[in-house]
Parts: sequence; C-alpha cells; structure tokens
Amino acid sequence: MPRAGRQQTEELTPQSARAESVREIAARQAGERGPLLEILHAVQAAHGYVADEDVAEIADVLNLSVAEVHGTVSFYHDFRRTPPPEHTVQVCRAEACQAVGAADLYTAAQERFAGRDDVEVREVFCFGNCALGPSASVDGRLRGRVTAEHLAAAESGWSP
Amino acid sequence: MTTVWVPQDSSARAVGADEVAAALAQVEGVTVRRNGTRGMLWREPLVEVETERGRVGYAAVTADGIPDLVGAGMLTGADHETSIGVVDDDPWLTGQDRVSLARIGLAEPTDIGAYEAQGGWAGLRRALELDPAEVVEEVLTSGLRGRGGAGFPTGIKWRTVLEADSDQKFVACNLDEGDSGTFADRVLAEADPFTLVEGMTIAAVTVGATDGYIYCRSEYPDAIARLRDAIAVAAEHGYLGDDVAGSGRAFRLQVRVGAGAYICGEETSMLESLEGRRGEVRAKPPIPALHGLWGSPTVVNNMLSFAAIPMILADGGQAYADRGVGRSRGTQIFQLAGNIARGGVYEAPLGITLRELVEDVGGGTRTGRPVRAVQVGGPLGAYLPADRLDVPMGYEELAEAGGMLGHGGVVVFDDTVDMSRMARFAMEFCSVESCGKCTPCRIGSTRGVETIDKITSTPAGAEGRDQLFVLLEDLCATMTTGSLCAMGGLTPVPVRSALTHFPEDFGGSPR
Repeated sequence: MPRAGRQQTEELTPQSARAESVREIAARQAGERGPLLEILHAVQAAHGYVADEDVAEIADVLNLSVAEVHGTVSFYHDFRRTPPPEHTVQVCRAEACQAVGAADLYTAAQERFAGRDDVEVREVFCFGNCALGPSASVDGRLRGRVTAEHLAAAESGWSP
Repeated sequence: MTTVWVPQDSSARAVGADEVAAALAQVEGVTVRRNGTRGMLWREPLVEVETERGRVGYAAVTADGIPDLVGAGMLTGADHETSIGVVDDDPWLTGQDRVSLARIGLAEPTDIGAYEAQGGWAGLRRALELDPAEVVEEVLTSGLRGRGGAGFPTGIKWRTVLEADSDQKFVACNLDEGDSGTFADRVLAEADPFTLVEGMTIAAVTVGATDGYIYCRSEYPDAIARLRDAIAVAAEHGYLGDDVAGSGRAFRLQVRVGAGAYICGEETSMLESLEGRRGEVRAKPPIPALHGLWGSPTVVNNMLSFAAIPMILADGGQAYADRGVGRSRGTQIFQLAGNIARGGVYEAPLGITLRELVEDVGGGTRTGRPVRAVQVGGPLGAYLPADRLDVPMGYEELAEAGGMLGHGGVVVFDDTVDMSRMARFAMEFCSVESCGKCTPCRIGSTRGVETIDKITSTPAGAEGRDQLFVLLEDLCATMTTGSLCAMGGLTPVPVRSALTHFPEDFGGSPR
C-alpha cells in the first residue's frame, strides 16, 4: 500500500493533543484484522467526529493511503466530518414507519427545528422498531409510536 | 418477595419499559428482573408477575399506572383490565411453533444457567460428538435455506467450506438486517443471544473455523451490548475460546459494528466492511465459501439461519424438515409490522398464508381501516394488494405470486397509502443506499425518482406521458438485468408491483 504523502515539515511540528489521542486509538487496534471501522468508531466516540487531520493520522498508523481512509469515512452514514450539534433527532423514514405516518412526522420535525444550529434532524432507515412505529430517537434515546407532540416534549426537556 | 419481569427489549424500552421497571423497583416487596420480549410487541411494556398459577401478564403498563395496578392486586396476579392472564397460555403464543424463538423472554438474556436449563448447548454437544461430515448431513437433511433472503441451502454452503483446503477459515454472521419491517434478528439477539453464539460455534467446530465475527448494524446498540455480554459469559463458561466445551477445538468470536450502510447487509459488502473498507459489493465468483474474509473460506449466514442450527443438531435435521411446505422446510420467524394491530415476531412453519398472518395473527390494521397493500420481504419485496393475500409463505410459492420471502418481514398499509409515493420511495432509498459500484443501481435509481416525479406531475392524457411509463419500465429492466447485486436488481420489484396492482395511484396510468 502506498503510504500517505506527509510532508517532512509536518512531521517535525509538535502534534496536537487530538492527533496524539487519535494515533493512540489507532495504534491500540492496528494489530487486529481489518481494524479501520473499529478505529473510526472509537475516534468518533472520543472526539465527536472524524476530522480531516484524524484521517491523515489514522492512514499513517495503518500504513494506508489518505484516500483509502477518506473513502471509507465518507462511505458510511454514521461517520461525521464536522462537530456534532448539541441535539440530534433521528426519524425513521422506512416503509413500516411510513405506514403509520413517518413522512408527516419527518416533515414536522424538520419544520419544528428549522433554523436551529443546536439541533440536527436526520432521516434514518430502520431502528428495528417496526411493530411500534413511527420511530424516532432523540439524543440517542429510541422512542416508539412517536407523535409530533412527543418531539415537542423532548425539546422542552432540553432547556432548563 | 414477588418477582416481576419487565422486558428490556429496545421496542419495549421505546414505549416506556425502563420507566415501568424503575417505578416497580420502588414498590415494597418487589424484585424486578429484566427479560427479553416475548415477541408480543403491541402489548409492550408487558409486565409479568410470578404467581403460583404461573407468570401473569399485564399489557401496555405505564409507570404512572403502577400504583393503581399494585392497588388492584397485581402482585398476586389479580384480574385487571390490562391483564392477559397466564402468559404461557396466551393464544398468540400457543398458536406458534417456536424453534429459534423457543427461549425468548423467559429469562435474563445472558443467564447462562437458564439457557442450559431450557435446552441450550445440547446442539453443540451433539455436534462435537459427530464427525463434521455428519453435522453437515444433519443440516442438509433439515432443508434449512438461508433465512437472510437468498434462500441458498445452508448445508451445501457449510460442506463447501468444510471441504475447502485452508489453514484459516472463518464464520461470519450477517446481523445487518436493514430491511424495514424486519426486526427478528434484533429481538432474538437481545432476548436470547446464546442461541446465536451456539449456532455459530457449531458452524465453526464443524468446518474448522477458529475465528468468527458478528457484523451487527449500528442502529441496534442494545443488541450489540447484549451479544458482547453473552460472548464474555460464554467464554467464561468454556463455550468459546481455545477449548470449546472441552473438545480441544478453538473458536473465538467477536462483534463488529457497522456504520450505517444498508448495502452492508449484502454478504460481499459485509465482508468488505468487516475488512475495514467501503462496503462495495464484490463480484461473484469467487464465492465467499471459498474466498471470503481476507481470502479464506468463510461460512456466511444470516443470524436467523444460525439460530435454527442448535435445534437442528439437538433434535435432528429430520425434525426440522418435517415442518414447512414444498421446498421451504422448517419454520420462519415472521415479523408483523407497519400499520398492524398486533405487531411482533411470530414463528410458524413455512406455508402459513399471508392472509392468516395479516388478519388472524396480526388482527388487521392498527387504524382499523381496510388493508390495501402488504409488502413482503423488505424494501426490495413486492407490494401485494389485499385480494392477493392467500399465498403460502414459502420461497417458491411467493415467487410464483410475484413476491419474495426475503427475511420474513410483513409490512401492512391501510387504504390511505399512496402507492406512487411508495414506488418513488423505493427508488429514492436505492439512490441513497446504493454502494455506487455499478451504474444501473447508482444512476438508474436517481433517474427512477425523477421519472416517477414527472409521471405524477403530468396530467393524464398529456402529451409524452405514455413515454414516461415506457422509460420507467426501461429503467426497471436495466436495473434488474444489469445490477451487480440484489439492491439494484430488486428495487424494480416494489416499483413494478405498485404500477401493476395500483395503477390508479399513478393518475390514470395506461397500464
């Protein structure tokens, strides 16, 4: 595998705390078979997202090209390239939830949180809660038989 | 002390089971234990109280309602409007033939003592007594076909890996069921993870694999946690590790987490993802049985296929084969979902009709309106109209009716559904989730969305409208014949079925 083309000068500059942490995470799992996804999950868990500089660090530790790591990060919906907002609302838009009103719920969620930088509304395809849809998760907490009122109630719990 | 069971299944938690458990824990004289779901999801949270008569159930319990229920004598199993009586006697349960689901909801999911007491590890013990070729013979006799959707005979796959000459072999479990309306993998993994561990271990010791991976989708965090706990407990008790159940054979198992890509449920995409790459499909051949993970022979099965294995070994392949219809042997875990009154997981021999599942078992729609369409087999399955539900649920039987068994998911829609929107969604979903490797899937789906949009925004009789239908059919034909895998190849199935059975929703279609 071609090694990431890192400039000599970059290698001489002192590494930031983040870079050091990312290298540590990558190095810890580098010996496993096919470790890249595991490492990306761990980096995101520790730092909230996978930054461009993280991609370069991981590529260096695994002896992969930056393009290869970047291609993997960008392929999967779960990996964020920017810091996460304070709150995340995920609404399932798959068929079983659509059968009980998911399309309207998704629209309602988008409208309710439009223009708010601290809330991200995302579509998701299937939480496996298909018997008790429509399903949505608020800050990682899955809820079933969700109504627009439920989403409003979640919001009221956010602010003191 | 009175023992009260509150499910910790994620669907039950999604409708308040954790709050109910916390409220019950405050009641004097109550010990709360957390089981998996019994599968009657529409009744969740279903609280069970241990009494002399057996475990008495109370349905759809809320945390606020606990004081009233306790006041009404719940702790002695008293009658109440929410009581369903002794849960084991409930007709929805007694009407089933539970093989893979036999143990769900009975105990704490990682209680290995309870697992053994309920017949666990008997299949593994027998597999270790037999020659590997004899184990494969039992699986062949059972007639088990891949429950992930493709329906390939499991025994033939195992025999291929067994006979492959290699120092390194793997077992991989596909627990990336991203199909809407299918959640049996999740329910079983959360409620009874040892059944999967046992099934995979049997596969490993049979074909000579030393390492195994469970590839679980990230949308199932509870299943991931439960499986990891179960693997640790099983290893502690000697069922995994360097000396499986004292056999001298090694099998190490770990869970790997996906990252939100539907296509990774396709077996070769899953292998790429397990290896740490983009989940792009591989062209076959070579087949994974000969050239799978890191180039080594690999048993790749869906979770439900592995979950059928312990019983097949414990009771013999013939006992499994005695159930079913035609070339579809054994049981299937049907998942009743969408707009349905009694949604949940229902295990029955293959051959039960779709109408029985929707109307008798599922109780029709949740809204009480007429059933209009039922999608069988996930987002790549056909939409069948209400007058075509008398089809037996079997691989060939459904194919003949223009449907697909898939993963056994049944999604019900009432008469308010707009089937042109569902057809559009099928194309949209494909365009979002395509791995991008082949053009028919990547581009065809995007053009499909555009074409359906044009159809629905062009008035009937307008010039050029007929040609749009020709174009859509052309796209469907190209995707069907030109795609590398089932994602692009089957997306036309829901689209065409919507056009065929519900032309009125496309505004006066010529078909």
